[in-house]
Amino acid sequence: MSRVAMPEPDAGPLQRRSIIVDDLARLVGRGALIWDEDGRRAYETDALTAYRSMPLLVVLPRSTEDVSKILRYCYDNSLKVIPRGAGTSLCGGALPTEDAVVLCVSKMKRILDVDYANRTARVETGITNLAISGKVAEKGFFYAPDPSSQLACTLAGNLAMNSGGAHCLKYGVTTHNVLGLKMVLIDGAIVDIGGSCLDAPGYDLLSLAIGSEGQLGVITEATVRILRAAEGARPMMLGFDAPETAGACVAAIIGAGIIPVAIEYMDRPAIAVCEAYAGAGYPLDVEALLIVEVEGSDTEIASLLAQISEIARPFAPKSIEISADADQSARIWAGRKAAFGAIGRISDYYCMDGTIPLGALPHVLTRISEICGGYGLKVANIFHAGDGNLHPLILYDANDPDSNEKAEAAGADILKLCVEVGGCLTGEHGVGIEKRDLMSVQFSQTDLAVQMRMKSVFDPAWLLNAAKVFPLASSEPMRAAMRFEAPAAA
Amino acid sequence: MTQMLRPAAEWELQSMIAKLVTNRQTAEVVGNGALRNAGRAVDADVVVTTASLRGLTLYEPTELVMSARSGTPLADIEAELGLRDQMLPFEPIDMGPTTGSPEGALSIGGVFATNASGARRITGGSARDHLLGLRAVNGRAELFKSGGRVMKNVTGLDVARGLTGSWGTLAIITEVTFKVVPQPAATGTLVYTGLPDDLAVEVLTTALGTPFEVSGAAHIPRRMAARLKLVALADAGTALTLLRLENFPAAVSERQGKLQAALKVYGTPMLLDTAASRALWRELRSLSILPYSADTSLWRISCVPTKGPEIVASIQKSMKADAFYDWSGGLVWLEVPTAADAGSADVRRAVAVRGGYATLVRASPQVRATVEVFEPMKPEIERLTRGMKTAFDPAGILNRGRMYASI
Repeated sequence: MSRVAMPEPDAGPLQRRSIIVDDLARLVGRGALIWDEDGRRAYETDALTAYRSMPLLVVLPRSTEDVSKILRYCYDNSLKVIPRGAGTSLCGGALPTEDAVVLCVSKMKRILDVDYANRTARVETGITNLAISGKVAEKGFFYAPDPSSQLACTLAGNLAMNSGGAHCLKYGVTTHNVLGLKMVLIDGAIVDIGGSCLDAPGYDLLSLAIGSEGQLGVITEATVRILRAAEGARPMMLGFDAPETAGACVAAIIGAGIIPVAIEYMDRPAIAVCEAYAGAGYPLDVEALLIVEVEGSDTEIASLLAQISEIARPFAPKSIEISADADQSARIWAGRKAAFGAIGRISDYYCMDGTIPLGALPHVLTRISEICGGYGLKVANIFHAGDGNLHPLILYDANDPDSNEKAEAAGADILKLCVEVGGCLTGEHGVGIEKRDLMSVQFSQTDLAVQMRMKSVFDPAWLLNAAKVFPLASSEPMRAAMRFEAPAAA
Repeated sequence: MTQMLRPAAEWELQSMIAKLVTNRQTAEVVGNGALRNAGRAVDADVVVTTASLRGLTLYEPTELVMSARSGTPLADIEAELGLRDQMLPFEPIDMGPTTGSPEGALSIGGVFATNASGARRITGGSARDHLLGLRAVNGRAELFKSGGRVMKNVTGLDVARGLTGSWGTLAIITEVTFKVVPQPAATGTLVYTGLPDDLAVEVLTTALGTPFEVSGAAHIPRRMAARLKLVALADAGTALTLLRLENFPAAVSERQGKLQAALKVYGTPMLLDTAASRALWRELRSLSILPYSADTSLWRISCVPTKGPEIVASIQKSMKADAFYDWSGGLVWLEVPTAADAGSADVRRAVAVRGGYATLVRASPQVRATVEVFEPMKPEIERLTRGMKTAFDPAGILNRGRMYASI
């Protein structure tokens, strides 16, 4: 895929590469740098692998102070910076450019403090999402956001994208589970935003920083909320003949005052692939499957699942199955969480991430089939039904340029559809480069200007992850003006 | 009398702001005036009120989402939600009455502009957490939107949540979209009596470390408890430590038993049923135990929960101060005697040493004009704050000085 254009790299940094390497080596040590071609190649892309670009060099700092020195140097020398965690971004959020330094926080992964009484943990952001829960699990606690990539993805990336996961229906997304941040600005200033308290006065800089996709600064530490895990949890599976019936059933469950921990939706193609992979016991003869999970004690779980079965009955489900035991529960979730990987085994796919109002589900699913059919492509749908976050997986052939183009075009049509019905371009993957040029579908020029001014407050020279998130035409004046105003190279 | 501008539509507000910019006039921004006596006073050329921007624009109970124009009274919103057995997830508090303004004037715009979250914040989240999107007019007379109506949305910078808690100094919110939740079918409260503050906070934080989803964790020391309208509790003549459980009826009673067992060492609590519990937490939410008085000033201290009692004890060494703890000790409402600086030096010192933020909620206008109302900013935060103000309101016309002098 190559439809998304990136600006021409600046020649200056490329010519000065060896000087820059020496300068940074003096600041943070040669061991923190990767400048050979083989080493840099590992950083040339992220999980949006269709786009690749070799970075100028890669820096792996070990402390906030190092990050501060690196950013100050880049600022003084007008060098672009691409912040990076584990590189699992699905939207090209960590895609390098040839003239940019990749600043990767993956070596900064210490747990600095766990405070069970006040239910917080202070960690460095290179830690993986799952490692936080792993640390506090011994006391029965967990960190709530659970993106499918949680084994690999870093908290830094979760903060940048405001990541969610299957269980955010009850527990919220990243922004609901973070109290404080340590952020380094492009001029090297170290800023403490928020803290360990449940609220902080003044402008809500925390909200701006979370989900800012590396546009505002580099976050090196975070104070996150840790929660005591429920006594138990159990999923049930409801199979339906038609997507609209499944959608109506979700509305009825929520309308009855029950908020399950998760309500996941899979369509027939997704069910078949995930069942072949996980052997979870998904029904294979239905058009739509809901996985509904509830939490509590054994009696509470039994009572809630009975209520949900009762609510579902008028919608004539083809199958109702409550998970028999912990083993089946694990397989039900393993199948769902491995959906992307499982589908990846049968075909290349392009994963979309729009969010829609639940009521629009039947219309949107029909249109998605039509859109993909129109391009001669197949699609499998996975959907966080409780909160309207849709993941159509468009199946295509990555080795066929024509198929590539069609997949991207179908994806863009689907996202425009999401906006048209009152939803948005991205629910949890972020904008990056992937949806950058679609931003003007959702936002007016004024809306975008308001956002871009925020970036200018934090990053006046537009050096951080520039040329992402905002359409190039909209950001060009700022990027151009700021280049001109930036201090001359040392 | 200061001229009152009362836009009834977004375009009208835009043209009013444009005119103010041209005429170099400043504006105080209010909803229905509920919070006019809280925060720093604004000396502006005109007043802009959102009172005529009124009414619900969207309510989808099965999608748990509502939109309303910013001047819609909170009471109207809650009445509408009540018809569908739903509610706001964050139990907003109204600081109006405790600061000498009439009860029930608070608008939904004011709720989000001040991030007014109540007891349920500890597990349910804050006002800011449940804001999904907004429309607003900034000091450049630009109408913009941020966020949307769906729960999960990471499209672009989160300017909407960034505006919560900005007290009308960046933009005038015209419409908000927010998440709502079902009302719990049953509520129960465990009431432990006679505990000193530090032990009470230990009970509260221990309870929050259990899996029983405690949705309210407050402690009312003896003198303050006597002010409760709920006679059974007021007459107990002792400190009250409160833990709320909300769920389906069977789950509430099961969890009450388990929570009581987990907290056995702290004694046997009184149990309040659904009706008594709701009455109690409604009373706490209204802040009626902190009635308006010219003889006292009121601070709101946000801190790490386990530090709450230490902060209060430290302040009590230098003045007679009465506290009410919410958020398991992480939110302290502190009543202090009226003084030239409202006890600011002592309060801020006690908080600074232990971490946290103190906001002066109630004091005479003279005091609020001379003492910093919000926690003074660190230099780097101030730099970003001034940058944001300039980005939204370069001419400095909106609520200038409402939070910090000259911002």
